[in-house]
Amino acid sequence: MKIYISILLTAILTENFVLSKFLGICPFLGVSKKLNTAVGMSTAVIFVMALSTAVTYPINKYILKTDYAYLQTIVFILVIAALVQLVEITLKKFIPALYNALGIYLPLITTNCAVLGVVLLNITKELNFAQSMFNAVGGGLGFMVAMVMFSGVRERLESCDIPKSLQGLPIVLIAASLVSVSFLGFTGLVDGMFG
Amino acid sequence: MEPIIFAVIVVSAIGRISGLGLAIASKVMAVPVDEKAERIQEILPGANCGACGFSGCSGYASALSKGETTNTALCNPGGNEVSKLIAGIMGLDAGEVKPSAAVVLCQGNNRNASKKLNYSGVLSCKMANQLFGGPKDCIYGCIGFGDCVEVCPYNAIHICNGVARINPINCRACKKCINVCPKHIIELMPLYEVKAAVLCANKDKGALTRGECMAGCIGCMRCVKACESGAITVTNFCAKIDYDKCTGCGKCSEVCTMKCINIIDLNKIVSKVI
Repeated sequence: MKIYISILLTAILTENFVLSKFLGICPFLGVSKKLNTAVGMSTAVIFVMALSTAVTYPINKYILKTDYAYLQTIVFILVIAALVQLVEITLKKFIPALYNALGIYLPLITTNCAVLGVVLLNITKELNFAQSMFNAVGGGLGFMVAMVMFSGVRERLESCDIPKSLQGLPIVLIAASLVSVSFLGFTGLVDGMFG
Repeated sequence: MEPIIFAVIVVSAIGRISGLGLAIASKVMAVPVDEKAERIQEILPGANCGACGFSGCSGYASALSKGETTNTALCNPGGNEVSKLIAGIMGLDAGEVKPSAAVVLCQGNNRNASKKLNYSGVLSCKMANQLFGGPKDCIYGCIGFGDCVEVCPYNAIHICNGVARINPINCRACKKCINVCPKHIIELMPLYEVKAAVLCANKDKGALTRGECMAGCIGCMRCVKACESGAITVTNFCAKIDYDKCTGCGKCSEVCTMKCINIIDLNKIVSKVI
């Protein structure tokens, strides 16, 4: 039990995908303008991360094994992309409400590096299936935490008097780096709790 | 078997399987798309204001295509043009959209209205309204912190000297400001017609009103007597004009003691600018 909580906390706080691994920066900067789009996007990310981990884990274990580890990247991209498309079609047919909520975000994250990152990291860390799932959900939650926090920061930025040369993306990048620095404060937290 | 051949087989097999799966899935689970609704939605302005009474533009479009409503004139921002286009798609008779614009019924600007407190909280009408009904003496009038300015999708509202004023040229009558105003003093008036409007909503007795605002309706009934078409009624010491009956003759405005009845000719303002 302890190890699952520690995996979850590590993925959310100390090894946050966006703020300390710098994966998934594109949706992080692109859709964090408003809180509701940020939440929608992060829900989709959690969903896709969990799903792709569930599918790629057996593929890696029973088809690729260690001999063909170099095929991981290309096979995983292929599988994740196809899978998300399939899920999108299924959602549209059977759960239109969920499709309306996640619909626009799902195709955006099919080939996102954070999603690919989480499945590859699961393998590098040699986690078993349950641990991989926890890591994936934690990674998604960490993405959500970063997105929600940053959308708050950006809503504040809107009303700030920003020097002309920094307006737009530059100030957003600076703000993102400051938020990222604040997440350095979590270093050693999980080790201290469970180590 | 050579490793490279196995790699090729694995990747191409996975690609084929997922491609086939997707092809089958898209056939089996195809959702019939409502073409009419999509075309109507393209025509609608896309402001999602809800003036039509449906949940945004897509809601109105699907209600029209499903035949839940046959009224093509519900879209105020789109006006007659959109009504005609929708009618063309649906094969219905185009309904007439009466062009209208929103008007703020208050003249209590910083000069006319006196203040009872210095408000220094959050600059929002909704918040200020909870504190003794706003900083002005009159608890019925415009607070002037611009909740309506925030909500207006067409940038038609500005705060002028402490009172919200709506530019009829930009106003598309989407009713967003009407819904957000905590004092409920914004209403729609017909555009392109000359009408009189009581720019006051004060329901206090005359003497009280005089103390609160220099342009407040005191309910003196002079306008009621002057009106030839019987369009004016006074309830709760505040005059109200029935725009259907009003002919815009201007007699009420001439006799008004407090000069709070204005003849509003939005057409004149619009044509002057255009």
